[in-house]
Amino acid sequence: MALLIWILHNFWSLLVLSFATLVGLRIAYRFRRYGATRAELSHILRRSPFYLVVLIFCFFAAAPFLIMFLHSFKVDGDLYRRPQPFVFRQDPTLEHLESLFTNTAYLDFIRNSVVVGVAVVIITLILALPAAYALARLTGRWGERAGILMFLVYLVPPTLLFIPMFRIVVMLGLKDSPLALIVVYPSFTVPFSMWLLQGFFKAVPPELEEAALVDGYNRVEAFLRVVLPLSLPGIISTIVFTFTLTLHEFIYALVFITNTSRRTLSVGVPTELILGDVYFWQPLLAAALIIAIPVGFAYNLFLDSLVQGFTMGAVKG
Amino acid sequence: MASASAALNPHRYLMDDRRFVGVIFLVPALLYILLLVGLPFLLAIAFGFSDVTVGNTELNFIGFDNFVAVWENDIFRQVFGNTVMFTLVSQIFILIFANILAIIFTQEFTGKWFARFIFILPWATPVSLAAIGWLWMFDTKYSPIDYLLLQTGFLGPKGILSNSRNLYWLANPVLSQISVIFVQVWRMTPLATVILMAGLSSIPTDILDQAEVDGSRFMRTLLQVKLPLILPIMVIALLFSMITMFGDMTVVYVLTRGGPVDYTRIIGLYSFQIGIEGGNLAQGAAMALFAFPLLLALALLMLRTASRAEVR
Repeated sequence: MALLIWILHNFWSLLVLSFATLVGLRIAYRFRRYGATRAELSHILRRSPFYLVVLIFCFFAAAPFLIMFLHSFKVDGDLYRRPQPFVFRQDPTLEHLESLFTNTAYLDFIRNSVVVGVAVVIITLILALPAAYALARLTGRWGERAGILMFLVYLVPPTLLFIPMFRIVVMLGLKDSPLALIVVYPSFTVPFSMWLLQGFFKAVPPELEEAALVDGYNRVEAFLRVVLPLSLPGIISTIVFTFTLTLHEFIYALVFITNTSRRTLSVGVPTELILGDVYFWQPLLAAALIIAIPVGFAYNLFLDSLVQGFTMGAVKG
Repeated sequence: MASASAALNPHRYLMDDRRFVGVIFLVPALLYILLLVGLPFLLAIAFGFSDVTVGNTELNFIGFDNFVAVWENDIFRQVFGNTVMFTLVSQIFILIFANILAIIFTQEFTGKWFARFIFILPWATPVSLAAIGWLWMFDTKYSPIDYLLLQTGFLGPKGILSNSRNLYWLANPVLSQISVIFVQVWRMTPLATVILMAGLSSIPTDILDQAEVDGSRFMRTLLQVKLPLILPIMVIALLFSMITMFGDMTVVYVLTRGGPVDYTRIIGLYSFQIGIEGGNLAQGAAMALFAFPLLLALALLMLRTASRAEVR
């Protein structure tokens, strides 16, 4: 705790210091490896504008997250009286983080989001895995047309559909039930996953399946036992991106669920943690940041695989 | 052989047939989607021509009355204009930044993993939560941006931008529009970048090797080899983020709820406010339908670009 307070008090100097240390170490490493020559020095100077551009972009991308981080720990007096947003004038506190988890429905939101997300991922995989394989290998011209149709459907925005969907949901008695979201979300996760998976399936050499067919498997078995295991990394990245799509969705979740404890994260945090005109800023910002970091981490981990899926999906085999 | 085994087990023969397996693999997904999107879509059209409300479940068809009423509504015209303006202006910036970033992130450099993590955060964060961060950044009284401007002398008694201590980002007509566009650019750029990266990494290496053998330098390779090759994918990225943005209301819902007055109200938000909050389902649906021809045109343009890209 004392360490945390010390880190937060000296946040900016620590940030600059650690960055400078890393840059220094990197330059020292290059000097040791290639010699501290004039050529090496000019190489570093030539590269520095590039790093400057990267740094500027990073700053703009990260600015609100830095602010979120610092402000989650501020006591009310420090936040609202003669604001100095970038430094702590009073000792930072963890009370707002605690109250986020104990006094609000934040944990409910997380649980609801996970329930909806997992269920949607399962439905999506059941529908999209075989369909994507069919598009990648089995069907000819009509399959291609079906693929285009799916793609067009993906482009019909929720803004056009949420009013009739709301009607249907009310009629089926699913209002305020997570089932409503679980049934509706596949309408955009399935086309998205099909597009990605199709790319991964195309990357599996067809010879392997043919060998399996010769060995006596039928097409379904060849798909289940040869193609699926081989495209497992692609499937995992599809799962990650499908799950986060459901985490991001806002309009349906806003319209279908109005009961506080049943809401999901994307709607619950901005609507339920604000009481009328009273914004509880520290818990609010903390709530946003706590979700942002792990999702960002997952995206970065699976980005290469996503790019690969996009690319392969675009190349017609 | 095939006929012999078919005679023994007709089931097995079916499972070997490419066409049959293709159909049973594809049809469930296709049906689910068509049902889940097609049905509400038709219902949306039916709503548009009726007088249905939240309280009244009967569908009485009243012809084009809703569409006429919507079009004669001055607020809706402004809302329509806002939507088109926001979408177009942000696309320009998104395209510029995404190109720069895609080139950066297809290179190797120290600290790339961390830089990519930072730059991907705006896209990875659920939109509504990221918008909360910006709501604080643009706060009327405590905005950190205003604080920086105050310290650097742009604000305050002798300020260049304004004499007051604050800019009132979300209460000022022009600034609120700029804020909304800024947040949209901030969060959509990574997505466009990823699509462009996919394009850049799909350029066959032999073309790049050839360019290098021919003595082409970095800039020349970029402008005369890479950019023309990824132009179709750039158009796809552009149309894709346009369609996404056109149908999104989250940012304005969290930041401004359409205010001040109607300066940041867009079609999605307005149809939500009229249709769900106001209970007039029919007019809400009619409003959303107004955007559809535009979206359809964009989508078809996108498909044409994509299929042309394949021919080459």
